Amino acid sequence: MTDFLHRRRAPAGYALAAVLLFALAPLLLSDFRLGQFARYLCIAIVAVGIALAWGRGGMLVLGQGLFFGVGGYAMAMHMKLADAGPGGLPDFMLLYGTADALPWWWEPFRSPAVALAAVLLLPMGLAAVIGWFVFRRRVRGAYFAILSQALAAAFAILLIGQQATTGGSNGLTDFQGFFGYSLLDPVNRRTVYFVIAATLLALMLLTRQIFHSRYGELLVAVRDAEERVRFLGYDPALVKLAAYVASAGMAGVAGALFVPAVGIISPALIGIVPSIQFVIGAAIGGRASVVGVVLGAIAVAWAQTVLSEEFPSAWTYFQGGLFVVVIAFLPGGIASLWQLATRRRARTEAVTAA
Amino acid sequence: MPKARGHRLLTTVLALLTAVVMTACGARTGEDTPAGRVAEVDTSADTIKVGLLNSLSGTMAISEVTVRDALLLAIDEINAAGGVLGRQIEPVSEDGASDWPTFAEKAEKLIRQDRVAAVFGCWTSASRKAVLPVFERNGSLLFYPVQYEGLEQSPSIFYTGATTNQQIVPALDYLREEEGVESLYLVGSDYVFPRTANRIIKAYAEEHGIEIAGEDYAPLGSTEFATIANKVQAAGADAVFNTLNGDSNVSFFREYQALGLTAESMPVLSVSIAEEEVRSIGAQTLAGQLTSWNYYQTTPSAANERFVAAYQAEYGEDRPTSDPMEAAYTSVHLWAAMVEEAGSFEVADVRAAADGITFDAPEGTVTVDGETQHLHKTNRIGRIGADGLITEVWSSKTPIRPDPYLRAYEWARGLAAGDRS
Repeated sequence: MTDFLHRRRAPAGYALAAVLLFALAPLLLSDFRLGQFARYLCIAIVAVGIALAWGRGGMLVLGQGLFFGVGGYAMAMHMKLADAGPGGLPDFMLLYGTADALPWWWEPFRSPAVALAAVLLLPMGLAAVIGWFVFRRRVRGAYFAILSQALAAAFAILLIGQQATTGGSNGLTDFQGFFGYSLLDPVNRRTVYFVIAATLLALMLLTRQIFHSRYGELLVAVRDAEERVRFLGYDPALVKLAAYVASAGMAGVAGALFVPAVGIISPALIGIVPSIQFVIGAAIGGRASVVGVVLGAIAVAWAQTVLSEEFPSAWTYFQGGLFVVVIAFLPGGIASLWQLATRRRARTEAVTAA
Repeated sequence: MPKARGHRLLTTVLALLTAVVMTACGARTGEDTPAGRVAEVDTSADTIKVGLLNSLSGTMAISEVTVRDALLLAIDEINAAGGVLGRQIEPVSEDGASDWPTFAEKAEKLIRQDRVAAVFGCWTSASRKAVLPVFERNGSLLFYPVQYEGLEQSPSIFYTGATTNQQIVPALDYLREEEGVESLYLVGSDYVFPRTANRIIKAYAEEHGIEIAGEDYAPLGSTEFATIANKVQAAGADAVFNTLNGDSNVSFFREYQALGLTAESMPVLSVSIAEEEVRSIGAQTLAGQLTSWNYYQTTPSAANERFVAAYQAEYGEDRPTSDPMEAAYTSVHLWAAMVEEAGSFEVADVRAAADGITFDAPEGTVTVDGETQHLHKTNRIGRIGADGLITEVWSSKTPIRPDPYLRAYEWARGLAAGDRS
């Protein structure tokens, strides 16, 4: 009975989401609001990765800003070079740098293909290296969370210090074009929104497939009883590594899409505070459910916008109050509302891990 | 079963995406896109809306709230005197939340949703850099009230704070000529303003034979200064040039005092400490140290007496006034004068009318330079007193012509290889 409901509900839900994202949102929202919505969706993409690594894998990834930043900077560097034209230097280098030549590590990003590959492969490669050492050594729980945070903070500090080649605390901003299309044209900005919405839907579907695969079951098993899985002959380190790398890839893609949508990437977007905010959205929505984290991330970002527009000097209190209410009364997040409502009919997976 | 459905859905989504991308291709880069380039000012109501974009939450709130208060004071004054072109000004306040993308988003909201005639605000360079493309893209106007690192000149921004040749260069002139300083130690927070300011200082020092005894940066918000203070003491420079921001100053000056350093033995000249910061850091800690600004609460002028009295009547007797607040207050009056001169709220008309507009500001008369969209401003070196007020010890006497790219200074050549003008 449970299984039957589950099967019917999910495809219908995704079809509804597709209609909302591709038809209703562009029709109902002004260009400006659609741009904001695109930003929320980028945060939701990071949240999908968090659902995989934290919700199912039990790894509290408090440093997703690192991967978000790597992906974002990879894309931003390409866009800066494309704006500058062949052989040109990005404008900030002329102002703050020594401005003799492009640093060697910028050069590959002239090619759109390299930049696109870097958006995905750099964060995933980085996560693979970090994860390999961390999970092999069986670092977990609070230590893993602290390590993730430290790496995100270190990356932000590194970027600030290298002002001449990274733009420092200003970050990279003022982009004219996105793969040859002018970002000044509202039509192209709308296209960027569609790309983001499609990426989000595709990654949600992919993650849902992972959840329902054998690997997904194994991942939950590792989360709940790592030692037992080890005794069964699996290597928990590899199981966790795969989820961690996948979540890093999603954060990287989100960062890369964030740049054309919002028009800026800076160290302030990838340090400790934004990294925590990614997780808060996922926690509010319900960390073990794909739909939950996406709704949570969008709801938190949207609430932030609405509250800060209505109450510019008091909105932070409302936001704090909202968190307290959710944590106190809905520990499973917004997604558990559905469970509460249907508790008697169907009891789906309860979130138990820490 | 779910697997198959998932795949089918995925295919549909991808097909849909391809279709959308194929049909919705707009202008290529470089092509002219008139759509969305010119901000439409909302002139339908009896009032005229302006945007106030300041951090009302987060780490910058302590400084930026005072700017917002000064902006509101100026708006009230103009409204009381009959408004602009006969319309009352209606401020729309937004919180930048000390977060640069939020600034960009709120700027876009003010321009496109509220269709304001102009926006006043921003403090940090990072927030200004974040909103700059938004204002340029929409053809709208920002009035930026804080001293900054120069090397910028956007047609969409009026800079009513000092650029480097109105704050840092005169401060160096003062140290060299009046204090006889021959060696300097540079201490700053790690972000764009201190790093750029120190590049300028080093170029100046090289030209004038001043030795740079050391250069240190602390992360924004850092409170660990034992090492830096020890290095400063060991270096034994004639003076310290301080570009630290906010709380970091408290810790730095505490360590500095603990080592027995004083304003007599090794003076510190600060460019980010104004009356408001003196109040939060503590006047006792800072007494005798130097600052470089264009305005102090004690600046003698009839306009300033009125400004201080009106501000304290509105917000409290104990609230000091400072340079960024004065520049913000001035910016609203300048915008109103430009609008009156142009006889229109449209951005292009306002900009065309800007050159030569003057205002009898609390700091003295300021004049808009139409070419750079900066102000002619008088530099004032001040000494912090035990009562928390800063008194002028030296001034440039006449307003200094703004030169954001330091083109008039031979030694500054090469600092900005590719200036945008």
